[in-house]
This record gives sequence, structure tokens and C-alpha cells, in this order.
Amino acid sequence: MSAGDWLTGSDAAFDRRRKLKGAVFAGACGAATLVGVVSLGVLLVDVIIDGIASLDWRFVTALPSRFPERAGIKVALAGSVWILVLTALISFPLSVAAAIYLEEYANRGWVSKTIQTNIANLAGVPSIVYGILGLALFVRGLGLGRSVLSGALTLSLLIMPVIIIAAQEAIRAVPPTIREAAYGLGATRWQVVSRQVLPMALPGILTGTILALSRAVGETAPLIMVGAVGFIAFTPEGPMSPFTVLPLQIYQWVSRPQDEFRAIAAAGIIVLLLLLLSMNAVAIVLRNRYSSKT
Amino acid sequence: MSTTYGITIGSDGPALEVRDVNVHYGSKQAIDGVSLTVPKKKVVALIGPSGCGKSTLLRCFNRMNDLVPSARVDGLIEFRGHDLYAPDVDPVEVRRRIGMVFQKPNPFPKSIYENVAFGPKINGFRGDLDELVETSLRQAALWDEVSDRLGDSAYALSGGQQQRLCIARTLAVKPELVLMDEPASALDPIATQKIEELIYELKEQYTIVIVTHNMQQAARISDYTAFLYMGKLIEYGPTDTIFTNPREERTEAYVTGRFG
Repeated sequence: MSAGDWLTGSDAAFDRRRKLKGAVFAGACGAATLVGVVSLGVLLVDVIIDGIASLDWRFVTALPSRFPERAGIKVALAGSVWILVLTALISFPLSVAAAIYLEEYANRGWVSKTIQTNIANLAGVPSIVYGILGLALFVRGLGLGRSVLSGALTLSLLIMPVIIIAAQEAIRAVPPTIREAAYGLGATRWQVVSRQVLPMALPGILTGTILALSRAVGETAPLIMVGAVGFIAFTPEGPMSPFTVLPLQIYQWVSRPQDEFRAIAAAGIIVLLLLLLSMNAVAIVLRNRYSSKT
Repeated sequence: MSTTYGITIGSDGPALEVRDVNVHYGSKQAIDGVSLTVPKKKVVALIGPSGCGKSTLLRCFNRMNDLVPSARVDGLIEFRGHDLYAPDVDPVEVRRRIGMVFQKPNPFPKSIYENVAFGPKINGFRGDLDELVETSLRQAALWDEVSDRLGDSAYALSGGQQQRLCIARTLAVKPELVLMDEPASALDPIATQKIEELIYELKEQYTIVIVTHNMQQAARISDYTAFLYMGKLIEYGPTDTIFTNPREERTEAYVTGRFG
């Protein structure tokens, strides 16, 4: 008999089996995690090996060219930044207002339930469908043409459901006791929302918004529909300019026959990934900064 | 001056007059025909077992139930002679005049100073805010503990201090009536004692209606006690009568701890 025997239950075989089950489950979960981490790692390493040689300041600041050694990403990067900023300006206020309305103002009747269900459904609609809508509504219907604005409006429609849902969750996470306290002091609904609920929900709303925006930056299909083009010689000058974006530029380069274009496509991917990773980093910083304060 | 069932009302009328109040949540009736009178500058305790409707009744007095979509209040509740539920009455205005302290301390995630200053600010207070914050904190017996760190987060305070901060916050809007919903139930005995001492001092200036689960607490701090059971007011009278010589058998059974 070993020293720990007094701890063991009467059925030693049963005890061994349940411990084994626990170990197998933990192992399976760990393996599932590894699949994600490893594939991301392989992707990153592969892209960096292919692209790092072409990635320099000249590449970032050069205009596109027929010659791979002269081609740069400036126009696509500027297009992506334009799209990013315009999309944020359009989608953020609309989504936050919608979320506030649904959480703080709307009666919980069947109308708001229907709206709620539809927002959740919209978040799952394929992006190409939004592209077709954007083409019909913004490019043709409103006559905005194949412009940065049309692209940003289309992407705003695409990510608004995601931001609304994230904002609703952040607003719902504000404890009801805080609302009661404010109402109990004679605050109006507007004062409760603007002075207590929104400041507390803001980190969560911003995190959701940034993650949704990074999805928008990576989108290609809907922008092809609204007429972003693969080869443009100049950066956008305003919201009505024609434009291209990073993923589209990368796609164009990859589809060229020359091998040299594959290398600069990889360099373009690195730029896109850096943009996305820095946006996610901002989201993480925002969340940590605000959550440690309260 | 008039006295009914041992409740003495001064010549300037009661603070609160409650007549045949019913509260429904959807189809469920939570309060059934409650009538009682709250005299000015006294402490009235609402006692009764869990789910008897005492918090629901308290929340009728500052129209907090308006925030619950399914709640329906009928009957008459008069505050200084004015019907609180008259169509032209703004519930926001009611809540400014009738303050509320909640069961769990619920300070805002802001500084101690900002917690107290919030109420006056949203109500358009023009005057010396620093002075008002200090007066309110002194009234809540918290000033000496926090005067050198008003800028610190309210969350850095202990539970008992947070609750006194919530009381200071309520007093800062100068309410005429203060409702307290089990204000000490989440606190330890020493913090509870401080809150009770505070209530005793506050009744010099304020009328207080307090819901409590703790019968000893009701006996210690209140002038009048109302016993509720299953949404009905069973008995209401001077606290010592309720605890030593109640008219109703159910009251006696509850205050002696035979059920509840």
C-alpha cells in the first residue's frame, strides 16, 4: 500500500477511468487550440519568407507599375485607409445609436424582437450580397458611382449588424443597479444614458467596432461589386474618387503570370496583416485601459 | 394633530398618504389594497418575509416601478398632498424629491467627489458644489474618512463606506423623503451599526421609509412599523406596539420568529 491509498475511492477502476477521461478531454482541447495557432504560424512564416525581401519603404510609397520591381502599394494602402476612415465615420454613430435605441428606449414587444432577430440574421448574410446591394443602391440608385464613398457605405451596411450586436452587449453589461442609482437621483433617460451607461459601455463598443472595421479592411468581394478596380495610378483625392484596396491589389498581383509579382503580393499581405494586427492591438489596449480603471 | 391606530400626524399633514394601492406585474398581483400614512420626520420600517411585496411597495413611492414595463400601479399615493401618479406629474421630478438608497451599494464608477456631485449637476445645481459635497458627506458621516481623497475611485471604499457614499449622494439632491431598500443587508455588523446610527441622526431632518429583513433592526431604528404578508398590509402601528403587543396573530408569529 502506498501513502496515498487512503484517499482513493472504493472502486479503483472507476477512479482510473474518470481520471483518464479528464486527461483525454484536456488533450483534445489542447490539440484543437494548436490547429489554429500552428496554421496561423505557418501562414505568417510562409508569407514573411516570400515577401520580406520586397518589403521596404520604396514599396510602401511607390505607385503601381507594370514592372514588379517598380510597383508599390501606396495607392491601395491609401484606398484602404480612406475606406477604413469613411466606414468608421458612417457605421459607428449609426450602430451605436441603434444599439442605444434597442437597449434603452424600445419596448420589448414583438417589433423590437423582430428587429433584433433580423440584425442577427444580417450579420450572417454573405458579403457579396451586400456588394450587389451597394451596386444597385449607392453606385446606380444614388448615382454615387464607383467611388470611395460607395465602397464605404456598402462596407458600413456590412459591418453595422456586427457593431450593433457588440454595442448592445456592452450596454447590457452595464449593471442595472447603476441605472437605478442614476434614475433614483432624478436623472432623465438621456442623462442616464449619456452620463452613466455610455461611458461604461464605451470600451466594449470600441473594441467591437475596431474588430468589425478590421473585417471591413480585409473585405474584397463587395468592393469588386461596387467597382473598386485593380489598377489605379493615383491615390484617392476625395470621397468621390475611384479607388482600390489592399486585398484587391494583392489579388491582382497574385493573378499575374510573373513570379516577381507573387513576391510583392506577399509583401502586400504583410502590410495588410500589419494594418489588421495594429488595429487589433488598439482594441486590446482600449479594453485593458478602461477595464483596469473601474 | 391627529392619532389613528397610534400613528400621530402633525398639523402640517403626513409626508406620505397611501390609499388602496395595488401593484400588478403582468397578471401577478404583488401588492393588494395597501393603505398607510407616513408621518413627517419619522422612520417607518416595512417588514415581512421574502416576496411579501415590501420592496415593491417602497418602489411605488418614487415611481421606480415605472421602469419595469410590466408593472401597473393603481390606488392613491399622495406626497405632501399631491398625487404622485397624477397624469401631469413627471416621474423624474418625483425621484429628485424622494430619494432612494438601494440594497447593494451601487456607487458610480467615478471618484468619490463625482458620485456626490452627480445628482446636483444633472439637476442644474448652481452654487458652491464643493460645499454641497462636503455637507452631504458630513451628513452621511463619511467626511472624516474620505476628506483627503475625494478624487479616489468610489470602488476603493469598503462596502459600508460605499453605502454611506450612496446615502450622501442621495442627500446631495436635498430630497424631502428618503426611501431605503434593505440598506444594510449586504454589510457586516459594524458597518450596519454605522448605517443605523446615521438613520437615527437623519430623521432630525428627513422622513425615512426603510425596508428591512432584520426585525431587530426595525425595532432599533424605526418609530412605526408596517408588517406585510403576501402583498397585504397586515398591521401598521408604533414599533413598540408591533413588537410587544400586536393586534394580529400573524404579526406576533412573524416578529417572534415563528415563521419568515
